[in-house]
Amino acid sequence: MMATAAALSIDDAWAALGAVPDPEIPVISVIELGIVRDVQVDGDGGVDVTVTPTYSGCPATELIAQDIVAALERAGASAVRVRTQLAPAWTTEWIDPAARAKLRAYGIVPPAEHTANGSQPLHFVPRTLDCPRCGSNDTERLSQFGATACKALYRCRTCAEPFEYFKPL
Amino acid sequence: MTTTTDLTRAQHVESVLRIADTSLILGQRLSEWCGHGPVIEEDIALTNIALDLIGQARLLLTHAGRIEGQGRDEDRLAFLRAEREFRNLAMVELPNQDFGRTILRNFLVAAWQAPLWSELRSSSDTELAAIAEKSAKETRYHLQHAADWTVRLGDGTAESKRRMQLALDYLWPYTAEFFADDELDRAANAAGVVPLPSMLQPAWEATVLPVLAEATLAVPARTPFRSTGRQGRHTEHMGHLLAPMQAMQRTYPGCAW
Repeated sequence: MMATAAALSIDDAWAALGAVPDPEIPVISVIELGIVRDVQVDGDGGVDVTVTPTYSGCPATELIAQDIVAALERAGASAVRVRTQLAPAWTTEWIDPAARAKLRAYGIVPPAEHTANGSQPLHFVPRTLDCPRCGSNDTERLSQFGATACKALYRCRTCAEPFEYFKPL
Repeated sequence: MTTTTDLTRAQHVESVLRIADTSLILGQRLSEWCGHGPVIEEDIALTNIALDLIGQARLLLTHAGRIEGQGRDEDRLAFLRAEREFRNLAMVELPNQDFGRTILRNFLVAAWQAPLWSELRSSSDTELAAIAEKSAKETRYHLQHAADWTVRLGDGTAESKRRMQLALDYLWPYTAEFFADDELDRAANAAGVVPLPSMLQPAWEATVLPVLAEATLAVPARTPFRSTGRQGRHTEHMGHLLAPMQAMQRTYPGCAW
């Protein structure tokens, strides 16, 4: 049986990663989420991927690493090494602008732009969001924490549907 | 912070454990709320906060284990250390009691973590600085959530205010430990690894006192009481907390999911 002839190219590696979805938000890829920081290929089919976690306790972190390994192996990599880098810390500012429209279409309002980090502990007034389904501004926040650590839960009072908000980090 | 003196390996490990264990034990206490929250949204809030704290603890314990260099990973440190080896602030091991005390404790601890992470960004321990940069963003949300509820419950009904005042009277004496410097703190600070605990007090008071005032709660008078969790001398509650937390690993050593 003939061994794989060509080693994986850097473009192929990035393309493979572009097809790895976030397991909780399958409409965006790990690249669009901004968690893939670097990709290196050696000449022998080995790939080194540097990722950064979103939230410290995110339970999807290990699954994402496994998915990255599987995707690169399917693309022809012979050895995949996933390295975690903590600094600089992941921020929602790294989410691809094009992905923000995909989030909204999926029913998740994308994170607002960063404000100054001198947040006041009092009177955390939830910002008024437009419903991603009907566009109404008559919405209310149900919970600051949602089904995942990164999202808050809202409800539209016009169409009565719930939706999530990807919190700025 | 610049490195002026060297820290022994054991001192370095213990400094990191003091931070790691506070996150770990508070995460454990908040996990007890899973399925028992007063409303579903707060059940989710408390368990999400617990998850963030456990995530911080995982990073910090892994780092401590690497510094120690004796093959202890995050799991062995969390599940196989004896009570006196834990270095958490005593406040976080206290029973949850009710939603009010739980919220108030989250507020007091998050208000301490915020300036701690901020100071640690310039630690000579670069991994610790990276963990701090990450944790600061999550703590900001914990602080907002707890401060919001503290005001609503304190300046709420007669019953909610009664419970919050009881909670504040109960927890307040344990805050003295937050800012008490000891030998290890001074050595670790001289090495540029951590800030002196007393350095965090002004920022903590600037956050806490206005919120308590808005919550119409009376701040208790200071007493000489000092809890000693950071030195490994815990309250009567710690053993009861560790027993279920460690039972599986101790019964089936090496077991994995």
